[in-house]
Amino acid sequence: MLERFLDVLNSNGLIAAFAFIGLLMLVCNLAARHLTGGRIHGSAIAIAAGLLLSYIGGVATGGTDGLSDIALFSGLGIMGGSMLRDFAIVATAFGVDLAELRKAGMNGVIALFAGLAVPFTAGAAIAYAFGYTDPVAVTTIGAGAATYIVGPVTGTAIGAGSDLIALSIAIGLVKSISVMIFTPVVAKQIQLNNPSAALVFGGMMGTTSGVAAGLAATDARLVPYGAMTATFYTGFGCLLGPSIFYLVVRSILGG
Amino acid sequence: MVIYGVALLAACLLVGKLLGTLLGMVMGIDADVGGVGIAMLLLVFCVYQLQRMGCFDDRAQAGLSFWSSLYIPIVVAMAASQNVVGAVSGGPVALVGGLVVVAISFALVPVIARLGRGKYAKPLDPPESTTREDRHA
Repeated sequence: MLERFLDVLNSNGLIAAFAFIGLLMLVCNLAARHLTGGRIHGSAIAIAAGLLLSYIGGVATGGTDGLSDIALFSGLGIMGGSMLRDFAIVATAFGVDLAELRKAGMNGVIALFAGLAVPFTAGAAIAYAFGYTDPVAVTTIGAGAATYIVGPVTGTAIGAGSDLIALSIAIGLVKSISVMIFTPVVAKQIQLNNPSAALVFGGMMGTTSGVAAGLAATDARLVPYGAMTATFYTGFGCLLGPSIFYLVVRSILGG
Repeated sequence: MVIYGVALLAACLLVGKLLGTLLGMVMGIDADVGGVGIAMLLLVFCVYQLQRMGCFDDRAQAGLSFWSSLYIPIVVAMAASQNVVGAVSGGPVALVGGLVVVAISFALVPVIARLGRGKYAKPLDPPESTTREDRHA
């Protein structure tokens, strides 16, 4: 009987994921209302729970896709994969206020460049502080601090080894996950309560998944503004990482 | 019909990704530059035009708002399929680097958001009123 039940779940992965996520959100919303008195957003708890489940899934299977590596939950990989995620992100634009976009557009562009300069500089400085002096290593780690896609793309372009590429992915993952967790916590302090701040936030953070989840847990109405600038970040990062950033690092460190 | 809204959404995403990839090619990189952002602008523009022409009814809009409202559950599913173990096991460089970069970036958000305008952008109304309605419903 149990086997039949598991068979049904396995052969209907995406449907099982809908049911599972619905149940998880119900539990998290109840917890938000009754345990925190509504102070913490239900979706923030659900996203944190999702990350915790990813950790458990990763430890249990040794895979890289969190809970979705467990066959029973494989549908989560489709539901949370980039295809449906991008589809839903674009759909959120349906509520966008064009006047806000025009007003804050320039700030969004400035944020994109500042958002790339900060991780390149700080990431490279930290790499140097931890004893990496080779320009290729410093550049790859700094690029990983932009996003976990910019890191490997940059590292591959300038000939970094696979250990450095893995490290640049890890630093990008830490960034993305801490943006998910800490955005709702610091939202008030950084005045992240209006569309134009959300546009800047998307450009500063750049990690699409981090920005998407962080804003969803803060105020879902801000999501389209942040997502719009964040989607340009990785592309520009892949452009600037192996070119300007690498040249600057090389001219400073020599080699 | 609902499918018209869903189809418009799909078309915008596909065109946006195509343009993003072409933009990447022009820049000489094998990546999608802003495809989703372009798709969002396309969607806003198309919906605006269609509504002005009066041929985008409530049913078609329902196709858009359905996917828009599935956004948070999809993000939760995304969180549940991340390589969290990989992030944690990256060692001190990854942890310190990631956290420091996020902290600096957070601190710069209000600084840049204030640029170019004397007055800070108006906060959205608190979402309380809608949640209360939800509870009654």
